[in-house]
Amino acid sequence: MGKLTMDTLGWCILIGKAVGVILVLVSSVPLMVWVERRGSALMQNRLGPNRVGPLGLIQPLADSIKLIFKEDLIPGHVTAFYFVLAPLLSLIPAFMTFAVIPFAAPILVEGRTISFQVADLNVGLLYIFAIASLGVYGIIMAGWSSNNKYSLLGSLRSSSQMISYELSMGLSVIGIIMVFSSVRLGDIAASQGEAWIYLGSLMIPKWGVLIQPLGFLIFLTAAFAETNRLPFDLPEGESELVAGYHLEYGSMKFAIFMMAEYLNMTTASGLMVSLYFGGWQMFWPLTWIFDALGFTGMPHEWARVVFQTASFTIKVAAFLWFFVWVRWTLPRFRYDQLMNFGWKVMLPLSLANIFLTGALIYWKVI
Amino acid sequence: MDISPSFFYLFAGFAVAFSLLVVFKKNPVASAFSLVIVFFAFAGIYALLGAHLIAALQILVYAGAIMVLFVFVIMLLNADTPSFDLGRSHWGLRLAAMILCLVAFGLFTWALKESPLPIFRGPFSPEQVDAAGGNTQVLSELMFSEYILPFELTSILLLGAMIGAVAIAKRKEAGNANRNAH
Amino acid sequence: MLLKPQKSLTQKIYIVDIAKGLWITIKNMIFAKKVTIQYPEERRNYSDRFRGVHYIKATNGVENCTACMLCPTVCPAECIHIVAGERPDKEKYPVQFEIDVLRCCFCGMCEEACPKDAIKLSTVYEMSQSRREVYEKGFLLEQRGNK
Repeated sequence: MGKLTMDTLGWCILIGKAVGVILVLVSSVPLMVWVERRGSALMQNRLGPNRVGPLGLIQPLADSIKLIFKEDLIPGHVTAFYFVLAPLLSLIPAFMTFAVIPFAAPILVEGRTISFQVADLNVGLLYIFAIASLGVYGIIMAGWSSNNKYSLLGSLRSSSQMISYELSMGLSVIGIIMVFSSVRLGDIAASQGEAWIYLGSLMIPKWGVLIQPLGFLIFLTAAFAETNRLPFDLPEGESELVAGYHLEYGSMKFAIFMMAEYLNMTTASGLMVSLYFGGWQMFWPLTWIFDALGFTGMPHEWARVVFQTASFTIKVAAFLWFFVWVRWTLPRFRYDQLMNFGWKVMLPLSLANIFLTGALIYWKVI
Repeated sequence: MDISPSFFYLFAGFAVAFSLLVVFKKNPVASAFSLVIVFFAFAGIYALLGAHLIAALQILVYAGAIMVLFVFVIMLLNADTPSFDLGRSHWGLRLAAMILCLVAFGLFTWALKESPLPIFRGPFSPEQVDAAGGNTQVLSELMFSEYILPFELTSILLLGAMIGAVAIAKRKEAGNANRNAH
Repeated sequence: MLLKPQKSLTQKIYIVDIAKGLWITIKNMIFAKKVTIQYPEERRNYSDRFRGVHYIKATNGVENCTACMLCPTVCPAECIHIVAGERPDKEKYPVQFEIDVLRCCFCGMCEEACPKDAIKLSTVYEMSQSRREVYEKGFLLEQRGNK
């Protein structure tokens, strides 16, 4: 370790994985925009965009074409360099965080172990928190360089919100680290397949959500706050801050902010799945189909990878839908409520969760 | 195919270039953002050395938390205009600055020449750390066994600082209330 | 006095109420009837008394209007402009009959004032145009086909 030694095939596999993950993430954004718009419409007894393409699926493409061809306006009163840099700075961390999330168990092909995550770091979780904490720079920079009081207020709110909720997010994960005694996401996902208890013949797996329900709730709430989604979208606050930090942005620069928001959602979902919902562990109908197919040898391994990736994708999709669902259900917090909730409820609860987990591990319950 | 030296020079170059920018940029916000990039470059060098934990903590603590607060303060104070301009200051001050710089430069070169580098090589080479289960595990085991006392003392120090900050904030509030009452 | 709302324990925990809210939205999403009218294919049903684009009635191909000037007189927006003329049989008729729809407020007073039942408002409401246009007599006569 320490030296980047790899043969050509290793490099090819690494670059292939990186490119594949980025492509999937990018193409998930328009899909999520479509889900968001149709879902919100259906919840409000409307129909939503259904004209462009089948079921309106091409609508996001039409939107993005519109955004690309709009004038790329830089207002006269902004600090131009940082104004242009800010959207990119919020997009890059969103891509980077997904690098350590595993979407299938490693496979052994001709003496070479291929892990299905871009980078199998032994500080996986810490890496995610480190990179996620950088997302705030894009927002700060956007608010500051816009030279506009609403934008500045939005970015101030956003940064204080992110700092406050990052604490409880990090502390809630410590429970998971204690239980699985690893910060490597691949290990955490793998050990969630082990049996926890048996109800008759039914094996209850060691999924994080079952052994860390409180930690999961805290993490979920903090994830909503970190991604600036409703009910925590105070940085945007249409009613009082007009649009918050991206008030001065238009055309593709605004679209990049949108993309960053959706990518952050995807990463947060992937993280929640990996930590609390068994990662790539297969669940009932898929296990049944997989067993029924009855592959052996190498095809069995590849089929396993496909099924694990499928189950990971389904779980992530379910979480993404949950993000949309909550957004169109709950109203926004008031700012003092947000801060009170973060510091006086979430933080003590996450600390309590650590002590509780410690006690439970000591008594060998989990 | 070992390409880590080229990565080292890349990160080191970034670190040096942006450290200079931190000093020479007149806009304080620009300086702060340059400092963030310097932290990043350092994290990259740590990662090249195999110290992934330190790299992650470097970004998490310095770039992700401390610098955010710095930028926060700079933005709130709106310190756009530099309050200190050496070019317009008194000639004595300029002379003093130059002499100090020369002395410091001389000291550093002397120290670098005289001191036997590498000074100390601990028992934790990257290979041994990997064998013991990665540097997160090794570090935490050391922290909670051999270095438990310094670790706990540091925690108490930080707790004290936290309580002190809260106390100062509270006292100011009370003082304001008193002034308003009189 | 500030009255603080009494909160039960389930409301304080907040999760139960969130779950209730989520149930409401998903219920609306799946079961509720959608209110959207898909415009070009489906249309809203308007009342017969809806006041849309104007038209001039005609009997045997001759307009009913006798250019009596009652409608321009009564029009509050003053958007009707008539130039009267005489036919060979000494019957008065409008040589010019123009309605400036950009000024028209669709109050329907012209329709009420008309003694000959000549000017009417149809139920046609699709009258967007790319030019500023005054409705001429020919156009108004054509419009009766829409009624």
